[in-house]
Amino acid sequence: MSDHTIQLLESGTNDEADHLAALHAALVDRATTESSVDATYRVVDSPVGALLLAATEAGVVRVAFAVEDHDRVLESLGTTVGSRILRGGHRLDPLARELDDYFAGARRDFDVPIDLRLAHGFRLSVLQHLKEIPYGTTESYGQVAVASGSPRAVRAVGSACATNPLPIVVPCHRVVRSDGSLGGYLGGLPAKELLLGLERGPR
Amino acid sequence: MKRPFEQAVTEHGAVVLRVCRSVLGPDEADDAWSETFLSALRAWPDLPEDANVRAWLVTIAHRKAVDVARARARHAVPVALVPDAPAPHRDQPEEALPDGGLWAALAALPDKQRLCVAYHHVAGLPHPEVARIVGGTPAAARRAAADGIARLRSTYAPEGRVSLHV
Repeated sequence: MSDHTIQLLESGTNDEADHLAALHAALVDRATTESSVDATYRVVDSPVGALLLAATEAGVVRVAFAVEDHDRVLESLGTTVGSRILRGGHRLDPLARELDDYFAGARRDFDVPIDLRLAHGFRLSVLQHLKEIPYGTTESYGQVAVASGSPRAVRAVGSACATNPLPIVVPCHRVVRSDGSLGGYLGGLPAKELLLGLERGPR
Repeated sequence: MKRPFEQAVTEHGAVVLRVCRSVLGPDEADDAWSETFLSALRAWPDLPEDANVRAWLVTIAHRKAVDVARARARHAVPVALVPDAPAPHRDQPEEALPDGGLWAALAALPDKQRLCVAYHHVAGLPHPEVARIVGGTPAAARRAAADGIARLRSTYAPEGRVSLHV
């Protein structure tokens, strides 16, 4: 009976969850203002499943499908962009809105600043080129290799797409095989099909 | 630490809030919590991978609580870590009363007892770790925690009847 005191001390009170949420939100705001966060993130729902969105001060640094395992993606961000990572804040609100519009068919390009620090060398030049492939069109891996300055690096284009840190925003889904078949996709082929179908429009 | 800091907030945020409330009372706990996690965030990358995160956070919270108490002392007469315990509101609904009563009973403890109760029973740290934070020997920390709990049992009735006098 008297151990009820200890139990209360250990287990806390009912109002805690809401209260902590408010404290957490204030922490993210303060930390963002004084630039002591390496990245903030949020998870949004979409027709291709839950998407993890992460941004640094420079811009959106990562978009990840659920199949990539969001926990693992965050762990990996901890070593690449830095471990001062917090959930929430407002940095990703614009991208979340643009994604909603994109999936509603009301937007063709993304305007948010992006941070490509996770890509290097040839992969980075591939991603730079992918941004130029217009909405609703596709290019083959070979065409992308040529456009990226290394016509023989077709396989390397494939791995650049497979390791794209910003899928959907940097449209690696617009790269398909020269015979018209889909090739691969880091978010799974059904997601690639859905995105290409969305961009083809209703018919 | 290479792990995302968010994990530390998720895993230990509630405990640290409870510790701050135990040490400072509910009114000033929020400030101490915020200061604790803001400075923990800044220092996070330098924390060794094998560090005991909870003990580290409680150590920071302890320093922040001392800061808050000092700031209060500069503005008011009382010098104790916690201000006079507010009497529980008579008109409060029943479910709110036990917690308010618990904070009041904690606030009425001598500083050392309250700190040792907070860091051992609320934060779950072992006595040697508590001693490292509050000073003194592990045996003294154990004794202070036990004395504090004994006193709480006599001053705080979880059924809702609260007496601040032993």
